[in-house]
Amino acid sequence: MSEKITFTIDGKTVHGKPGMTILEAADSSGVYIPRLCKGPGLKPRGSCRVCTVMVNGRPQAACTQPAVEGMVVENDSPAMLEFRRNLVEMLFVEGNHFCPFCEKSGNCELQALAYRLGILSPRYPYMFPKRDVDASHPEILVDRNRCVLCGRCVNASRDVDGKTVFEFVGRGGHKRIAVDAEAGLGATAAAAGDKAAESCPVGCILKKRVGYAVPIGQRKYDKAPIGSEIEK
Amino acid sequence: MAKPKVATASLAGCFGCHMSILDIDERILQLIDLVDFNKSPIDDIKEFTDRCAVGLIEGGCCNEENVRVLRDFRKHCDVLIAVGECSMMGGLPAMRNAVPLKECLHEAYLGGPTVYNPTKIIPGDKELPLLLDKVYPIQSVVKVDYFLPGCPPPADTIWQALVALLNNKPLELPYELIKYD
Repeated sequence: MSEKITFTIDGKTVHGKPGMTILEAADSSGVYIPRLCKGPGLKPRGSCRVCTVMVNGRPQAACTQPAVEGMVVENDSPAMLEFRRNLVEMLFVEGNHFCPFCEKSGNCELQALAYRLGILSPRYPYMFPKRDVDASHPEILVDRNRCVLCGRCVNASRDVDGKTVFEFVGRGGHKRIAVDAEAGLGATAAAAGDKAAESCPVGCILKKRVGYAVPIGQRKYDKAPIGSEIEK
Repeated sequence: MAKPKVATASLAGCFGCHMSILDIDERILQLIDLVDFNKSPIDDIKEFTDRCAVGLIEGGCCNEENVRVLRDFRKHCDVLIAVGECSMMGGLPAMRNAVPLKECLHEAYLGGPTVYNPTKIIPGDKELPLLLDKVYPIQSVVKVDYFLPGCPPPADTIWQALVALLNNKPLELPYELIKYD
C-alpha cells in the first residue's frame, strides 16, 4: 500500500494517508467540508449527514467514508449546497432554536452552518415540540429544546470520559438524549470538566454561570464563517 | 413619478426592529427622498390609504388582530418582508408554544407568584383581540417574499434590503449581516 493517497475534491487535487476518511484528508489539505455531528477529537458517527459529498457520483458521509486513491469528490457545488441547506433548515424547525436569547449564540455550530450556507429563514413549518430542561446538576444544564441529536456527548462521555453519562433513547421523532440516572443529570457522574460537557455543538449541554461572557462581535462566528480556520 | 410607498407594522414584537429601522441614522433623510411611508407607527397612519410597494412586518401572530393586520398587509403590499426573528419563527413570544393557553393565562392572572388580582378575573372583554393557541411565524399565515433575520436585524441589513428592492437589484447580504441574534 502506498504511503500517500491522491484524489480530487471539486477538481482540486488533495492528498491523504491510508486509513484517513475523506473528511480528515480534506481537513489536512485545507478543504472545508461542512459537518455537524463529527466533533473535534471524537469518533465519527455519520448520523447528521451534513458532511455528505458525492463520491464518484454517489452520496457518502465524508466523516466515515475512507479516502481512496483516484476518487472524484463533489463537495462545494450548488446541488450539495442545496442539500445541506435543506438538512440544516430541517434541524432548525425540528427543535426550539431561539437564537436571540440562547447562551450559545455566536459560538453555535448549527447557527454558524446556517450563516455559512446563507440561510435567511427555514422553508419548512416550525414544529414547536415540547421538550424538557434538566437543570438538576450544579455545574451543567441540559436543554433538550436545542438538541440536534448529533450524539457528540454520547461519544465523548463513553470514549473520552469513560462514563457513559449520555445515551439516546426512543425512536424516530421521539428520539432524545437521556442520562444514566432516573433523577436527572445531577445524580450522574457528570462533571463540568468532562469532554461531554464541552462537546455539544449547540446550546443543549451548557456549563452554568459562564453564559454571555463574550460580547457580541467577538464571538467565534461573528466575523469569520465556520470552516475558515481549515481553509487558511 | 410618485415615490414608492412603504408600510410597516409591529405584531407580536417589541418594536426593536422598528428601532433598528431608525438606526439607519442620517440615511433616513435619503430614505424619505426615496419612499413615502403609508400605514406605519413611524408616521402614525392607522389604515392603508394606498397600494404599497413594500411592507415590513415585525413580530409573529399571537392574536386575531395580528392575523387581520398581516392579511391586510399582504393585500396592500407588492412585496412583503419578514423583519426579525419573531416574525419568521415566533421569537420570544413563541416560548409559550409548549404551554397550553389556559395554563399561560392562569399563570399570568391567577397563579403567578407576583400576581395581585383580587377579582380573580382573566381579561376577556370583547374589545380585546382573542389570543391564538400558539404564536405563529408570519409565513405560516400569508406568503412572505423576503426574510431579514436578526434580533433585531442590523440597520445596515434593512437599509441594504430596501435599497436593493427599490432599485430592482437582487439582495446579496454579506456574511456579517446574516445574524440570528
